[in-house]
Amino acid sequence: MREMFNTGRLLLWGGVALLFLFLPLIFSGGFSLSMLSQMGIMIIFALSYNMLLGQTGLLSFGHAVYFGLGAFVTAHAINFVEAGAFGLPISFMPLVGGMTGLFFSLILGFVTTRRPGTPFAMISLGIAEMVAASALMFTTFFGGEGGIVTNRTAGGASWGVSYGPQIQVYFLIAVWCFVSMALMFAITRTPLGRIANAVRDNPERAQFIGYNPTRVRWLMMSLAGFFAGIAGALATINYEIITAEALGLMASGNVVLMAFIGGIGQFWGPMIGAVLVTWLQSALSNFTQAWLLYFGLLFLLIILFSPGGISNLITIHLPAWRAGVVKRLMPSYGFAFLSGGIAFIGVVGVIELLYRGALFGGVHVGLTWIASTLMVFIGGFFLRRAARAVRKVWEDLSPELARWS
Amino acid sequence: MLSSGLTLIFSMMGVLNFAHASFYMLGAYFAYQTGLVFGFWPALFLAPILVGIVGAITERYGLRKVHKFGHVAELLFTFGLAYVIEEIVHLIWGRAPVDYRIPESLNFTLFTLFNTQYPAYRAFMMLVSVGMLAALFLVLTKTRIGMIVQASLTHPDMVQALGHNVPRVFMLVFAGGCALAGLAGVLGGNLFITEPGMAFAVGSIVFVVVVLGGMGSLVGAFIASLLIGAIQTFSVALDLSFLDLVAAFGVNIDPGSTWYGGLSITISQMAPVLPYLLMVLMLIVRPRGLMGTRES
Repeated sequence: MREMFNTGRLLLWGGVALLFLFLPLIFSGGFSLSMLSQMGIMIIFALSYNMLLGQTGLLSFGHAVYFGLGAFVTAHAINFVEAGAFGLPISFMPLVGGMTGLFFSLILGFVTTRRPGTPFAMISLGIAEMVAASALMFTTFFGGEGGIVTNRTAGGASWGVSYGPQIQVYFLIAVWCFVSMALMFAITRTPLGRIANAVRDNPERAQFIGYNPTRVRWLMMSLAGFFAGIAGALATINYEIITAEALGLMASGNVVLMAFIGGIGQFWGPMIGAVLVTWLQSALSNFTQAWLLYFGLLFLLIILFSPGGISNLITIHLPAWRAGVVKRLMPSYGFAFLSGGIAFIGVVGVIELLYRGALFGGVHVGLTWIASTLMVFIGGFFLRRAARAVRKVWEDLSPELARWS
Repeated sequence: MLSSGLTLIFSMMGVLNFAHASFYMLGAYFAYQTGLVFGFWPALFLAPILVGIVGAITERYGLRKVHKFGHVAELLFTFGLAYVIEEIVHLIWGRAPVDYRIPESLNFTLFTLFNTQYPAYRAFMMLVSVGMLAALFLVLTKTRIGMIVQASLTHPDMVQALGHNVPRVFMLVFAGGCALAGLAGVLGGNLFITEPGMAFAVGSIVFVVVVLGGMGSLVGAFIASLLIGAIQTFSVALDLSFLDLVAAFGVNIDPGSTWYGGLSITISQMAPVLPYLLMVLMLIVRPRGLMGTRES
């Protein structure tokens, strides 16, 4: 194993820090700033989820519970600060959320982590439903349908930071996001992180060398809950309102999509997923009402054809890049992109036309219909051929790549 | 009914189907559409067959491909599928509920018990589901087909060597499970309401039933679904709260105190939480479920 602080790694993390610092200068508009803040929150959330799914092999459908509970407790804490009950600068509020997440995941994790795999997934789903249903029940704490409203400028300014303008909130999120990222990465390098991988791959062997898989899962889940709570607290500070939706099934499903689209095999995969999904959600939902459908289709495509997610697509090209043979892949890729593009436009056309028909009535057969259906078939036909061509090039390259990987 | 389909798929293939409730919804919508053309009775048979075909296609072109990546990938695939089916339903039938009604021939009161009218349609529903369950049980345990299906799960290589097409058996089992969900949709869609949100509403309850009954046990699923049904029906009717309980011991809590909000919750308000609470309790006490035979 290489040493912890080698030059390459320090450079990479320094680059990430600089990126966080300079992004708001490039995208300085109000919309992009709030989107960047949202991305930061979601990066923490997706990474904490990947501690479960990617590193420990626990497929959870209830991770938003810790996010949401952290957010609610933070909201109440901020309100207490405003009422003057106690003083804590807003900058450290994420710790409150993190502690809440840790507390609840310690309790719930003790019950749920006894068994891995499918039973765990179902239990986590059940718990998520239970918490979501109780959120509508205990209206004094969760605020019912309206949620809990807070004021992030509570407690006055500390060190000249009042959190009035969005840019200050962005930097708060950026700092916490960076710290959480570094911590979560560090966890993957600890003995606990390594044993979590062992528990994921073969719990029996982990048991043979003297570790208790249940306890490892429990610890990992508690830590994941901690970071999810931080993300939740940041969400409270960012939006200044938190509703019961934040801990519902949709939110839990969302983080599964993010982690999986980005790729759970690499540490940085979920970050790509979080950025992409957040961007898709805000950008796509402006254009079309069918964005959830595109989203689901993208997810299915990734599961079917690239189960490692987007990050895996990148990593399989690294050896080809090093061997300098990327040029030979290009013609077949161009072919695939072209035919895929045609099929994509066709599919989008059909979906949009159907949506118009369903929402405003009157599906009429017109030229657009015929054109888009034709495009689906033509594009699909050529895409199959392109896929064959791509596969052939890869097979031709494989002896050369074997030396490089 | 719905859960028996899920149990069938789960026990027979080891695949947990997240999109199961979506197939239930598809059943209701197909029944509505075919019912418009042919009337209710043909739709009762046609719609489940259509859903079964959709299920077969899903298995053949989707699940079989992700199968090699393990159970988690299968689970995620069905999870994504649930999203897509819901949106496609939005696309075709719109967001508003469709007008799918109970047929006239069954829309009368069967008998009256304690001033409560018992509609004939519910009796018909009960009849179909019990009959279906009995038939399923007999087919799976007593016939040659059931034997092959069971053997395919435990010893796929051996069954293949004996000359059976195991992938096709899996496909048919999955289609059968989906058809059952579709049938449940046909029956339930007009009693409740046929809308795009119905899959979401029923989806998680089905999981509770399967976990409670024990994974892979048909009888367990049946008992658990009766239990959940009873709990939900009765708890809605009970208007007791902790407040009344404490009051019975002579303690009166001031409505202004902080605990009042939590204690004034009545059992009927708690009704949506109860099934999940029961499930968590069951998992702590007896992780296998009521009639479960397998650990996981």
